[in-house]
Amino acid sequence: MSLREITSDDIESLAVGAWILGTGGGGNPYLPLLNMRALYREGHRVQLMDAADLADDDWVGTVANMGAPLVGQERLTDSLTLARAVSVMEEHIGQRFRALMSMEIGGANGVRPLMAAAHLGRPVLDCDTMGRAYPEAQMTSVSVGGLTPYPLSAVDVRGLESIVKKVPSWRWTERIARKICVEYGSVAATCQPPRTGAEVKKWGIHGTTTKAIAIGRAVREAQRRHDDPVAAILSAEPGKLLYKGKVIDVARRATEGFLRGVVRFDGLDDWRGSAMTINFQNEWIVASRDEAPVAMTPDLICVLDSVSGEAVGSETIRYGQRVTVIALPPPAVFLSPKGLEYVGPRAFGYDLEFRSVFST
Amino acid sequence: MRRIGIDVGGTNTDAVLIEEGKVIRAVKAPTSEDVTTGILESLGSLGATGVLKGKQIDGVMIGTTHFINAVVQRRQLTKVAALRLGMPASASLPPFCDWPEDLAMLVRGGVWMVEGGHEYDGRPFMPLDEAAVTEAAREMKAAGLKSVGISAIFSPLDPSHERRAAELVAEVMPDAVITCSSDLGRIGLLERENAGLLNAALADLARDTIAAFEQAIRDSGIAAPLFITQNDGTVAEAGQARRLPVYSFASGATNSMRGAAYLSGLQDAMVIDVGGTTTDVGQLKHGFPREANSVVKVGGVRTLFRMPDLLSIGLGGGSHVELDPVKVGPVSVGYRLLMDGIAFGGRQLTTTDVAIAAGLLALGDKAKVAHLDAAACRKVFAEAARMAEEAIDRMKTEAGDVPLIAVGGGAFLIPERLPGVSRVMHVEHGDCANAVGAAIAQVSGECDQIFKDLSRTEALSAAQGIANDRAVAAGAERATLKTIESEDMPLAYLPGNSVRVRVRVVGDVAAS
Repeated sequence: MSLREITSDDIESLAVGAWILGTGGGGNPYLPLLNMRALYREGHRVQLMDAADLADDDWVGTVANMGAPLVGQERLTDSLTLARAVSVMEEHIGQRFRALMSMEIGGANGVRPLMAAAHLGRPVLDCDTMGRAYPEAQMTSVSVGGLTPYPLSAVDVRGLESIVKKVPSWRWTERIARKICVEYGSVAATCQPPRTGAEVKKWGIHGTTTKAIAIGRAVREAQRRHDDPVAAILSAEPGKLLYKGKVIDVARRATEGFLRGVVRFDGLDDWRGSAMTINFQNEWIVASRDEAPVAMTPDLICVLDSVSGEAVGSETIRYGQRVTVIALPPPAVFLSPKGLEYVGPRAFGYDLEFRSVFST
Repeated sequence: MRRIGIDVGGTNTDAVLIEEGKVIRAVKAPTSEDVTTGILESLGSLGATGVLKGKQIDGVMIGTTHFINAVVQRRQLTKVAALRLGMPASASLPPFCDWPEDLAMLVRGGVWMVEGGHEYDGRPFMPLDEAAVTEAAREMKAAGLKSVGISAIFSPLDPSHERRAAELVAEVMPDAVITCSSDLGRIGLLERENAGLLNAALADLARDTIAAFEQAIRDSGIAAPLFITQNDGTVAEAGQARRLPVYSFASGATNSMRGAAYLSGLQDAMVIDVGGTTTDVGQLKHGFPREANSVVKVGGVRTLFRMPDLLSIGLGGGSHVELDPVKVGPVSVGYRLLMDGIAFGGRQLTTTDVAIAAGLLALGDKAKVAHLDAAACRKVFAEAARMAEEAIDRMKTEAGDVPLIAVGGGAFLIPERLPGVSRVMHVEHGDCANAVGAAIAQVSGECDQIFKDLSRTEALSAAQGIANDRAVAAGAERATLKTIESEDMPLAYLPGNSVRVRVRVVGDVAAS
C-alpha cells in the first residue's frame, strides 16, 4: 500500500485547481489554504492514499463544510472544528476511520478534508463524491449509488454538536442538515454518512485530488512563465475551449437559499459577434451560444479569468471581466440514467435532454 | 464658494484655486522631501499674484499619496496591538496571518483574541468577554503599545462589540489611538481587519502629517478649514482623516477622475490619467469613479474597503522608448524627466522627447531630437495609442463607444481618435485635474448591510436612510444629498430572502 506526502506546493496547486473544479460555486478555497499553510508551518503533514488501497471493511469519513460562503468570510474556518465533526461521527458509530475524503473536490471543500486529516493523523483519499461542486447533498455519486443517507454529524465552533441519526432519503439528509446549519449561524462542519472501503472503491469518484492538483499546477506554472494558463489546463486535461469574451450583464436572485441567475457575455477574438449566456444555481449549469445550449451539467462548465486562468465564481463575477469558458468531462457515474436524474439539466429545472460536449 | 485644492503626488504638488465654479489659477511645484515645503510653495505661488489677498477661503482640500507610500515603502509605521472579538471562531487564522512577513514584523505589536462578535442576522455569536478585553488592554499597555486595531465578527452589521471593547481599552489606555474595523466597512473579517490594522499602523504618521498640513496652511496666512480627500472622491474633515488615513490611499487617482468630470462637464465617461510613469484608467459613473468590489492588495496585504476600480499600465510622459522594434515603457525616468530626457541633454529617449520632436510639446531643445523622423514618431504614438485602447476596453463595462477624457501631464500621448471611443476630450487645466478634483470634493455616507424579510424596495430605502444619516454626521448638508450608488445582492444559503444592500450618497460640505 502506498501513501504519498502532499507537499506544501501541492496544497497551493490544490487550492487553485479545486476553485476551478468548483464550476462557479463551492466557495473560494483561500481560507482553507491559509489554514493549511499554518498547519504545515507548525509541522503537520498529510498523506494522500489511493481508494484502491482500502480494505473492503475499512471505514471512511467524508468531510465537508455546509453553509453560506459569506458567513465563512466572517467566522473564517477552523481546522479543529472539522476534525471534531469527524471525531463526533467516530464516537457515534463506534468505528475508527481508516481515511478521510472530500464530499466535493470543487471549491473550498476540496481542501477541507486535509485540515481535519492534519489534526487526526489520517490519510486523505484521492477521491470525492462529486468530482466538482454541486449545491445539494443528494447530488453525489454515493447518492446515485443508493448508499445509506445517514448518519450525519454537524458541529459548530462553539461546541454545538448534532447527529442526524436516521432519514429515509438523501433529500431528507439535505433538508435536516440545512436546518441545523441555519440554527448554527449558517455555517457547520459536517461528517457525511460513513462509507466502507468497498463502497468507496465502487462509488467514489477516483483521482480527483490529483486532478485538482494537476490543474492548479498547470495554471501556476503558466502564470510563472507568462504563458496562457487556459491553454495549460487544456493540455493537462481533456477539456474543450467553449468561448472567450467579456461579461456584459449579470442577473442574480436568491431563491430557496440558492443563488440563481444568468450571466451574459460578448465574444472576443475568434468569438467576436457571438453571444454566450450561462445560467447558474451557485454552480454554472447551462451554457448557451447564440441561444443554443452548448454545454450543460453534468459536464463541468468552468469560467476562468482570461489572464490569470483562475476560476471566476458566480458570487463575484461582474461586468467587464475578461473570461474564457472551458468544459471538462464529467465523472462517468453521472452519465447513467440515475446520475442524470440527480444532476442532469432537469434536476435544475431545465427541460433539456443532456448532450455532452464530449460526445460529438 | 472659494476653495483651494492641492494634490501631493510622487513627483509634483499641484494646486488650484477655484472660485464660483471656475479655475482661477493652477500651479505646479516639485514635491518636497518633507511634503509641507511643497505645499507652502504651491500656496505661495497661488497667492503670489495677490488673488488670495484679503479673501475668505472656504476650505483647503488636500489629496496625498503619503499614507499608501508609507505602507508600500515600509516606513514610518506604528506598532499595532491587534484585538479580535470572535473566539472561539477563527482561532486558527489570527490577525496578520496573511500579511507579507516583512511588513508583519514591522507592524505586529501583539495579538489578542477574545470571545465576542455577531451572527449574520444580528444575534450575538458569543457575549463579549469584557474582562478579557480589559486584561488584554493591560498587557498592551505593559508592552508599550499605543495604537490598537479592533475587529469583531460581522461588525459591519452590528458594531456594538467593537465600540464597547474600544471603551474598555480606552479606560486602561486613555492615550491610545483605536481603530474599529466597522468604521472601514465591508464584510470579510480578514480583509476588513487588515484594513483596520493598516489604518492603526498609520496612527503616528497621520497625526504628524495632518499637523504639518495645518501648519503649512497657517504659515501661508490662510484661515480656512483643512479637508483631506478620500478614495471615493469625497473629503473628510482633518480630524476624521487623521483617524482613518487608509481612506486616503487612492485619492490621487480618484481626484484626477473627479477633476476630469468637472473640467469636461461629463458625468459618465472613461477617464485616462497619463502621469510620468503610469497611466490610470477608470470609469466615471454619475461623476464618480466606479469602485472595485473585490479585494485590493495594498503593499501585499489583502484589504476590502472603498477603493476606485482602476487599471494601471506602465505608460507615461517619462516612459523609456525603444525604436526598433517599437517599445514604450513600462520603465520610466520618473521625476528625472527634465534631466534624463534627450531633449533636456540626457541620454534616455522618452515619450516626451518624441512629442517634442513631433512638435506637440514646446519644451527642452528640439534640435537634440531632430534625428527622430515623422515616421518614427508616428510608430511610437501608435504604440502608446494601442496600449491606451486596450486598457480602456478592459475597463469598459458595456459595449459601444464611450467618451474619453484625457488628463494628466502625459495626456499628449492620447490621440484625438481611438477605436471604441466616441470622442476624446482634452480639457483646459487637465494637467492639474487631480488638484481640481480635490477642490470640488463633497462629503459622503455609506451603508453596507444585510437585510432580511424586506422587499427589495424596503431594503434599499432602509439602507438609503442609514447612508443619509452617516453623510450628515460626516459634515454634509442634508438638503444637497444625492445617491450615487445603490446595489443589492441576494445571498446564497441564508434563510429569509436575505439581501445585502450597499448605498452611497454624497452632499456638499455643510456651511460651518
